[in-house]
Amino acid sequence: MKIEILGTGCAKCNELEMKVKQAVAQSGKFVQIEKVSDIQKIMGYGVMSTPGLVIDGVVKSTGRVLSVEEIAAFLV
Amino acid sequence: MWQEISGIFILDWLGFSGRMGDTLHFFLYDTVKIWFLLLSIIFAVSFLRTWFNTEKVRAYLAGKREFTGNILAALFGIITPFCTCSAIPLFLGFLQARIPIGVTFSFLISAPLNNEIAIAMLFGLFGWKITAIYIGFGLAVAIIGGWLIGRFNVEKYVLIAVPPLSGDIELPTYQPPFKERLNEAWINTRDVFRKIYLWVMVGVGVGAWFHGYVPAEFIAQYAGGDAWYTVPVAVLMGIPMYASAAGVMPLIEVLTQKGMLLGSALSFMMAVTALSLPEAIILKQILHIRLIALFFAIIGMGIMGIGFIFNAIL
Repeated sequence: MKIEILGTGCAKCNELEMKVKQAVAQSGKFVQIEKVSDIQKIMGYGVMSTPGLVIDGVVKSTGRVLSVEEIAAFLV
Repeated sequence: MWQEISGIFILDWLGFSGRMGDTLHFFLYDTVKIWFLLLSIIFAVSFLRTWFNTEKVRAYLAGKREFTGNILAALFGIITPFCTCSAIPLFLGFLQARIPIGVTFSFLISAPLNNEIAIAMLFGLFGWKITAIYIGFGLAVAIIGGWLIGRFNVEKYVLIAVPPLSGDIELPTYQPPFKERLNEAWINTRDVFRKIYLWVMVGVGVGAWFHGYVPAEFIAQYAGGDAWYTVPVAVLMGIPMYASAAGVMPLIEVLTQKGMLLGSALSFMMAVTALSLPEAIILKQILHIRLIALFFAIIGMGIMGIGFIFNAIL
């Protein structure tokens, strides 16, 4: 599994990254986490409001910081 | 009602009187009133926003004709969330969907101008009439300004290549239940309020001090005159103040009570929200400086026009 966090370095993007790391640590699963700040790549996903959350190439949410529980629900 | 309660608390219970009592009363009354309005308006707007997001707006705007597009983009700017940090993905995302650059600018002007903090502060300090004037003329600036920018053939000033959308992009279609929307709205309200409540206190505090201790003649002499240069000076001063809109507006309220002309005040408030230096610096990464200068010049002139009109008729 691979989680990508799309963001150009705003405060919310860093917050989302932290929440993702927490959720992954709690789940105990092996998950690759990558922060994507290349604007061309972000555009490729069709995301305009950052932060965006992409799991295995599928956009799961845009423009908001999800809670640890919400992210954990994606990891099952 | 709150005015009486805060008056009884400061003047009768704590026993302040005279100028000091007047100043403290003003401070307590205004701070709590504005906090309350900020919380309720931000909550209402955040709740409504859970039905809108920029991706949906883009899908809706794509393929619209230019002038209609400008009007719709400006209207959407009221309701969609906007943060300076997402100006680049937003700008490129619109162009990617082949939305005309003028329509994109209409949105980019309207979104920060009509942000919920500015609207809540205006409503609390100046009442609904001034708020309606601000929103109405703000929309006009966004629509006409964006349309004008579109007339200048500025596509060549976008510095990076924007490939068109390839195929259909699947976006999450998840519709959260009512309770989740309320919760999300509350979290957003809390986050925004945390960022600005101190600014409000500082702004109202300085305003209260002006209210109690600075004579009206002094203000009238420096900010109230109907000399032609007050409006451009107000606009120039507004540009670097984006982050502190919540603190600046209470000051403006006091200045207008003491004789600053309303047109100059409106120009100043619009310059604070619509012309932001941080946004210009961020956009500089993808836009040629000439386009940013054109953007600032057109909006600046529009805002000044509004100031001159209101100074003349009010």
